[in-house]
Amino acid sequence: MNQPIASFVPLTTTLMDKHQESPGIFTLYLKLNTSAPFNFSFGQFNMLYLFGLGEVAISIMGWRNNLLLHTIRAVGRVTQPLVQLEPGQQLGLRGPFGYGWPLEQTKGKDIVFITAGLGCAPVVAAINHTVEHKQHYGRIVILQGVKHHNDLLWQTQYDHWQNTGNCQVLLAASEEYKHRYKWRLGMVTELLNFAEFDTENCAVLMCGPEIMMLAALKQLAKLHVADEAVYLSLERNFQCGQASCGHCQLGPFFVCKDGPVFHYPTVKPWFGLSGI
Amino acid sequence: MPPSKLAIAIHKLTSCSGCQLAFLNQGVVLLDLLNKVEIKHFIEGGINNFSAEVDIAFVEGSISTPEDLERAQHIRQHSKLVVSIGACATSGGIQALRNLSDENWLQAVYAKPEFVSSLQHSTGVAEHIKVDFELWGCPITIQQMNHFIQQLLLGSKPKPSGEKLCMDCKRQQQVCVLVTQQAPCLGPVVRTGCGALCPTFGRACYGCFGPSEQPNCDSLANQFAGLGLVSVEVAQRFAAIHSHSQPFRDQFHRWQTIHAKEVE
Amino acid sequence: MIKHFLARQHLDQLFSVLSNAGYQVVGPTVKDNAIVFTELSHVEQLPWGRQEIAKPGHYQLTDTSTNRCFAWNTGPQGLKPWLFKPEQPLWQAEQTEQGLCFRQASIEAHPIAVIGLRGCDLAALKLQDQHFLQGPYPDPYYQAQREQLFIIAVNCAQSAETCFCVSTGDGPEATHSFDLVLDELEEGYLMGCGSEQGQAIFQQLTLGPQVSKDQLHTAQKQLADASQQQRQMPDEDSLLKLTENLEHPQWQDVADRCLACGNCTLVCPTCFCSKQESTSDIKLQQAEQVRLWDSCFSEQHGYIAGKLFRPEIRHRYRQWLLHKLANWQQQYGRSGCVGCGRCISWCPVGIDLVAEAQILVKGTPHEPTDR
Repeated sequence: MNQPIASFVPLTTTLMDKHQESPGIFTLYLKLNTSAPFNFSFGQFNMLYLFGLGEVAISIMGWRNNLLLHTIRAVGRVTQPLVQLEPGQQLGLRGPFGYGWPLEQTKGKDIVFITAGLGCAPVVAAINHTVEHKQHYGRIVILQGVKHHNDLLWQTQYDHWQNTGNCQVLLAASEEYKHRYKWRLGMVTELLNFAEFDTENCAVLMCGPEIMMLAALKQLAKLHVADEAVYLSLERNFQCGQASCGHCQLGPFFVCKDGPVFHYPTVKPWFGLSGI
Repeated sequence: MPPSKLAIAIHKLTSCSGCQLAFLNQGVVLLDLLNKVEIKHFIEGGINNFSAEVDIAFVEGSISTPEDLERAQHIRQHSKLVVSIGACATSGGIQALRNLSDENWLQAVYAKPEFVSSLQHSTGVAEHIKVDFELWGCPITIQQMNHFIQQLLLGSKPKPSGEKLCMDCKRQQQVCVLVTQQAPCLGPVVRTGCGALCPTFGRACYGCFGPSEQPNCDSLANQFAGLGLVSVEVAQRFAAIHSHSQPFRDQFHRWQTIHAKEVE
Repeated sequence: MIKHFLARQHLDQLFSVLSNAGYQVVGPTVKDNAIVFTELSHVEQLPWGRQEIAKPGHYQLTDTSTNRCFAWNTGPQGLKPWLFKPEQPLWQAEQTEQGLCFRQASIEAHPIAVIGLRGCDLAALKLQDQHFLQGPYPDPYYQAQREQLFIIAVNCAQSAETCFCVSTGDGPEATHSFDLVLDELEEGYLMGCGSEQGQAIFQQLTLGPQVSKDQLHTAQKQLADASQQQRQMPDEDSLLKLTENLEHPQWQDVADRCLACGNCTLVCPTCFCSKQESTSDIKLQQAEQVRLWDSCFSEQHGYIAGKLFRPEIRHRYRQWLLHKLANWQQQYGRSGCVGCGRCISWCPVGIDLVAEAQILVKGTPHEPTDR
């Protein structure tokens, strides 16, 4: 776990640049008002504060040219005005919190990323990292499922990932009427049958709706991928990020502190139960 | 963030005009508020421009007459956001008690009832036009109003909350009147917002802020009966300020039925 | 522990010695028909001759035939609100010419000496300490007041009908975390010390010689009487079975009665949930982040991005019980229930935690868990 740069009181942060990824999805480039190093791992999250409106938990997208990247989908009462900020405007930041992806422990293995829904930032950040350091990993397989092909957020990235050589990129759209060369029809879990990876020496990194992850887990079991190879990033109501407020509990876990990335065997007894 | 002043209107339908005082009773804060909003229409404050185009129309009062309905539709057409304020606008108010009665009170009260033109039922605004946000309360508070405007100025509607009165009551460490006095307090099914005013003075809540999120009125009403209230008294607990709100109306009818059976 | 005798007429000395040592005395008094902890200035404010009759959904004070001031067991709140405040400003944000500035809210703590806490209250204190102080992010507001806390515990001489601390192992005797401890007898108090700070106060009091065998015997007899409790929480191993009975029909049975009002969680001395609210002034210059007591019974507790993780009341009651009685064990090494019975008496519809737990730990014909 990395020590947060600000844990209790937010740190002032300036928006330097803003890039629209797709309708409603923006990447913010933030400058932290501190000289202290910002240590994080992919999959960790920050609490971003918008003046007077409140905080929202956002997964870390990356760090580039001394700027922190957050990719945000404008859906909520804080995220909508958040992406409307203009360069030069300021916000608050606490974090990073929680545990990220095990990108060190999984070196030497084939890596399978499974994600669904609109732009799953926690997993995209990890994909970028593994692709950049592909010499440390085996094959890299990227599976993403969406409803419509327009929802495939990282249009330019897919080609980039595919063309780096080792990456197999499989995309599925469940509510398209027509098959196109880049994507298949159906659910992301069906893509697993086409994925080429060593089921005995792999790590599966998943993020997305829990119902998708449950379906993927079933499919992985059929392919004889051990539970121990699977890691999940979970979403819950994070208000403090410090395992204090109690909202993010899943069984005995505080998702903000013990997660948001979990080794699947750890959360298995509690994962996917309804009303928990 | 909206850079210029918000244009607002404060409208009144069938109501006592008390909720509008949330604007006027602010004291000096009103001066700060007027730097952020421009009031285009507010009869109680002396500004009359009913058809002004506005960002937010605050609507007080219930739809009780054919004119109310026309006015509500007109307001909708001229406003970006419509916010209903107070018990009348959110659930029909006190005057909605008439919805519960089959008897012809009009005949009994007025010498010439034919001159009274009103709809059969008094209802909340959202039953007739699209409402973007509701501020519950009888009356609403200055804090509610300002929080709404302030959040909107910052770019969002406030966090919706149907939190139960008990939560606020216990945060203030008031002693539960239901448990110590067997008082028929509606706190467990009523929305917070008043600051737990009645329990603070040792009185049972009678529901000025309307039904809370997921109100288990069945269970609470059963408890009232267990504390010794007769059926008609239980029914009456739910037939006060928000009698036309679905959960309270259902409970009223449930206990009236029980009462009717008991009489038989 | 060596105990000394403090005559009843010298109890006020304890108040003045504490006051001279810089402490604000906090203790029980009768307010709004209940025993409430508040700031006290003299011993007459204590609830002399008063006792509670506590039952599920019921709490009433009655006169006792004795002239004791600790003849009661619990009020609606124990120590929790003094350390984990119901409403706590966390930090402020200000738009200045230099940009957006943040500052931590001022920490308001002062020395308090709390008199009248019971074994259950101290067990709860230990658990709240674990939650607020011993994790990776100690809470500065809790910590500041905790460091200035002096505790005068009282051994229970009787139990209320709702008490079950014997079964949770937390009472009726106060065995830890106190500076001073009292047994209340008809003729006065037996006082023992639990800390150096306690010793410093102790030495300034007009105490009798070591207490007599008879007095010790009476104190023991009182504790034995208090140990006769009607309710028994299942043991911790049994409570873990709750996690196997997620589809028990009793969850719905409780949910039909449960108001989801949150009273049980807010009177519970170990519940720690909070939520944060953001506000600004109308000039949009000064904003504040405030932490408020919250409850897992609130609809918004499990809310995220348009989804409620625990949409129904049965899910929330289940969350509360599973957490308090079972998952707490994994988080903090023991059950989160200390047997005070507050959730039973202060539930407006009288849901009895112990009775429900006893039913719920028993298995049902196996039903597949809804996944």
